[in-house]
Amino acid sequence: MNPILSEILTYLIVFAVGGGLCAIAQLLIIKTKLTPARILVIFLILGVVLEAVGVYKPINEFCQAGISVPIVGFGAALTRGAIEYAKQIGPLGALGGGLIRTSLGIGTAMIMSYLVTLIFSPRSK
Amino acid sequence: MDKSKRNQRYEDYVSSVTPKTGTLHSLFNAFWIGGLTCALAQGVGDIYYALFPHLGKDLIVNYTSMTIIAIAILFTGFGFFDVIARKGGAGSFLPITGFANAMASASMEFKTEGLIMGTSVKMFSVVGPVVVNGVVWSAVAGIIHWLIAGGA
Amino acid sequence: MVIKTLRKGQGGELFTNRRIVDKVIAKGQTIVYDNPPHIIGRMSVVGQKEGKGPVGKYFHRVLSDDKMGEKTFENAEIKMLTTAIEGALSSAKLRARDVDLIISGDLLNQVTTSNYVARDLGVPYLGIYAACSTMTEALNLASTMISAGHFDNVLCSTASHFATAERTYRYPLEYGCQRPPYAQWTVTGAACTALSSKGDGPKITMGTIGRVVDFGTTDLNNMGAAMAPAAMDSMVALFRESGMTPSDFDLIITGDLGKLGSDILRDLMQEQGYYLGQRYIDCGNMMYDVNQHCYQGGSGAACSATVFNSYVLDKMIDGTYNRVAYFATGALMSTQSCYQGETIPCISHAVVIER
Repeated sequence: MNPILSEILTYLIVFAVGGGLCAIAQLLIIKTKLTPARILVIFLILGVVLEAVGVYKPINEFCQAGISVPIVGFGAALTRGAIEYAKQIGPLGALGGGLIRTSLGIGTAMIMSYLVTLIFSPRSK
Repeated sequence: MDKSKRNQRYEDYVSSVTPKTGTLHSLFNAFWIGGLTCALAQGVGDIYYALFPHLGKDLIVNYTSMTIIAIAILFTGFGFFDVIARKGGAGSFLPITGFANAMASASMEFKTEGLIMGTSVKMFSVVGPVVVNGVVWSAVAGIIHWLIAGGA
Repeated sequence: MVIKTLRKGQGGELFTNRRIVDKVIAKGQTIVYDNPPHIIGRMSVVGQKEGKGPVGKYFHRVLSDDKMGEKTFENAEIKMLTTAIEGALSSAKLRARDVDLIISGDLLNQVTTSNYVARDLGVPYLGIYAACSTMTEALNLASTMISAGHFDNVLCSTASHFATAERTYRYPLEYGCQRPPYAQWTVTGAACTALSSKGDGPKITMGTIGRVVDFGTTDLNNMGAAMAPAAMDSMVALFRESGMTPSDFDLIITGDLGKLGSDILRDLMQEQGYYLGQRYIDCGNMMYDVNQHCYQGGSGAACSATVFNSYVLDKMIDGTYNRVAYFATGALMSTQSCYQGETIPCISHAVVIER
């Protein structure tokens, strides 16, 4: 296939899958009494399960950022880290592997939040 | 009068008069804002891949999420994020950008109690559930996986 | 419980030239004040957003900066309430040392704002908490004390601030969350009413102390629906115990039920056999313009207090309204109680003001 066309197709898939997941979450908000925090945890655990049973990887290869950017990807990355580290150093590795794999993202979030806090203040709306 | 019967009757009445979120409209907004966030992240990843192909896929994915997390937190600082989020709903809280916003907003909000007792204590007040559940359940999954597949 | 029974003839001169004179035999939750206190001074301060609303031009002062140049929103709320109290004092032509008592409350934990304001005033102080119905609770307490002859000049005040209330009850300000269409918006504002045993302003002739009413609602965003039954309970008590009907009032106002809540209240009252009609308005409903995207309208302790001290009293003094019933409604939950699965208990206190 034409490489430009396949690139466009990839972006369409990313857009459709990412948007679709968000639309499902939005539907849960409207139709159920679930709070955003609970919905986040549900999608997170979905990622954990997908990775644990081994189907996350092929899905990710197809959808790319469409599934890795929503919180599902975070759950999968945590689990992948836990599984890999457990393989390396035994079952205790599962306790820290998730954090090791996602530490760059969490660290960035904490440090950036701290820096932004030093500069900006919240505004009344 | 029976209280639970009265309450049930009132609840039915209230839910019949309470205005609902326009389903199609809000689904559409969540869809395109969420989709756009993911597509932008994909774009950032592709640019990194084109510029630094030697880094390898894992590191590129990490740098990509670090970039969009940083952008989301800057947007929070400038006060744009919640404006987008009011429109996007799940479209802005489900992607990792929502995680970043929740952390930064809590951190900024409690600045007035000091950087130690305010910001540092409350930084995880909104994202706590995600981090804690993520770590706990991923550890459970890792242990189960180890029990079944064993170390390799 | 018989709080005060007004027999025919006794204290009847309060209602001279009013056909109501023979009817008022209050008991139960309703108090008739023998020596009704007069409203001799008042002040309302609101934030920028409220100033742009439909009743914006009636407020005495509209802030250009919701932080008032302070470091924190909590300090801004304190400054706002201080401004309101000082304004009420000067409009009543009183000095702080002429004031016998100040009764104040707000929405923050441990009624912080009021406590800190009272620290700097040096006046005997009662801090009260009744959520958004604080103003009418304060007016009732003050009226009872003045009517009984214990005090001459009492100030009643309350404040709320969008930014501090969000932090106490919901999420951080910059957190991106979508509110449901039935949510309400906390009013940034402060108001103070100066009551006196002497003077010639409008007077508080009756009060109804509300009961805590809980119809089992649990949705923290749907305050209007939670509070409407409490408003109904107090309204029915006032009408039944005073023998009056809605048409005896020129205006009936509720605090912060919002559009949805006030529609629900109309239905509930209809069911009880009272038709509210055009004379009923809700302060939350009239606080913001539709274009301001505040969903069902305003809420918060300052919502009804600012509208009452500006628009309503203005219209009473210029003679548009002669008798007004003011029901402020409050939801008495805390964030903890709701996470523990409790329902939302609500209360509504009322005062009747006559010119």
